[in-house]
Amino acid sequence: MIDVKGLKKAFGDHVVLKDITEHIYPGEKVVVIGPSGSGKSTFLRCLNLLETPTAGTITFKGTDITDPKSDINKYRQKMGMVFQHFNLFPHMTILRNLTLAPTQVLGKKKDEAEAKAMELLARVGLDDRAGSYPNQLSGGQKQRVAIVRALCMEPEVMLFDEPTSALDPEMVGEVLDVMKSLANDGMTMVVVTHEMGFAREVGDRVLFMDGGVIAEQNTPTEFFDHPQTERAQNFLAKVL
Amino acid sequence: MNVDLLYETLSQIPLEDLNFWQSLFTKFYRAWFMEDRWLKYFEGLLTTIEVTVIALVIGVVLGVLVAMARVAHDQRRPGTHNPVLSAVNFVCKIYVTVIRGTPMMVQLMIMGFVIFSSSRNFTLVGALGLGINSGAYVSEIIRGGLMSLDPGQSEAGRSLGLSYIQTMRFIVIPQAFKAILPSLGNEFIVLLKDTSLISVIAGKEIVYAARSIGAKTYEYMFPYVITAIMYLILVMIFSWLQSILERRLRESDRR
Repeated sequence: MIDVKGLKKAFGDHVVLKDITEHIYPGEKVVVIGPSGSGKSTFLRCLNLLETPTAGTITFKGTDITDPKSDINKYRQKMGMVFQHFNLFPHMTILRNLTLAPTQVLGKKKDEAEAKAMELLARVGLDDRAGSYPNQLSGGQKQRVAIVRALCMEPEVMLFDEPTSALDPEMVGEVLDVMKSLANDGMTMVVVTHEMGFAREVGDRVLFMDGGVIAEQNTPTEFFDHPQTERAQNFLAKVL
Repeated sequence: MNVDLLYETLSQIPLEDLNFWQSLFTKFYRAWFMEDRWLKYFEGLLTTIEVTVIALVIGVVLGVLVAMARVAHDQRRPGTHNPVLSAVNFVCKIYVTVIRGTPMMVQLMIMGFVIFSSSRNFTLVGALGLGINSGAYVSEIIRGGLMSLDPGQSEAGRSLGLSYIQTMRFIVIPQAFKAILPSLGNEFIVLLKDTSLISVIAGKEIVYAARSIGAKTYEYMFPYVITAIMYLILVMIFSWLQSILERRLRESDRR
């Protein structure tokens, strides 16, 4: 579904990604882990071109999206993104946050978009907060809304950039629950996370990144029980 | 009328025989009531408001255009090069540098006595000069507001498939506007008061009226104090309107 070939990214002289080649299959749940500064967030952000790759190509369902001629807005509609800091629009109500892109980008009618938004909000148990502003919600609620905001575009892939890292510990569970139910529905997901329990339970494949390369990849069970490389062993010894 | 009668009586008495209050009244009468001079102040006030509004519109339109061009240039995708955008950005930079680097009064005199030296419509020339001046400052205020917003906001917009323009329109500008409102209000107050400078190119606003009345009566205290009070009231009304707007925009900050 997403094909990454020879991806490189440098900020000035600082090389963050060194030649990554990877494929993400439809319906797959890929979990990206690794120490901070290993390039895992940059890798994720390259997938929908929030960062412009220095070299390499990214192909989404057969189209090269790194080609300057391709209309990136069209592909971003199909790739939902959830950020570490939620990035809800603070000047809009929750409902407006959810319906903005469907009405403006997909050209949906207002009531149609609202009905869809309310249905999805109800699924995460927040339909009573539709008229609130983001600042009136807790962190966990904000992140659930942010997930719903991405889902309202009916994406084919969901990208999660450390979705629980900015949350108070007691709110991590509610967000992970939403992500798990999404995974059960068969959504293709790429998740950058520090939640090893989530990676083990939900992931089909774990990518371990270190120093701008994918140092090791395996099924979660194999990776967590028998890490092959020394770097992965050191990392797991610290976090588990 | 009562005041006219009082003035008639007092003007019979030699000046040095009047007590403090009587002489004060005489001066005020000459500066305000005599020959319906109060009308002149209000005519001037009307011109001041008219010039402010014209300059404000020119300033905001110029400011928004310049700020948008410069931010679009600064935030373009790295590695891409757009010669038109670069040229526009260069022109905008020169505009801001020249306007901020020269005194307003010099700009007005160049506008009035050099560029539009054949025009008799001093007021409009003055408004144009003020608007061009204000645009440079407004553009920097707006640019600051656009740059100060968390980049995550526009990233979130773009990640949903919104275009650059849509992200600007629905997400960045409304939030930036709220953030810059105090500095924008400040700039508008400065602009309102700077309209007094167009009197140097014979724009007929309040100061011009006050000065001509003073020249007739040889007494400048009341004309200028009246002028000051009029500006003060105008600015107070404006500040009050601004605070109402700010309160309405703060609605989403409630917790």
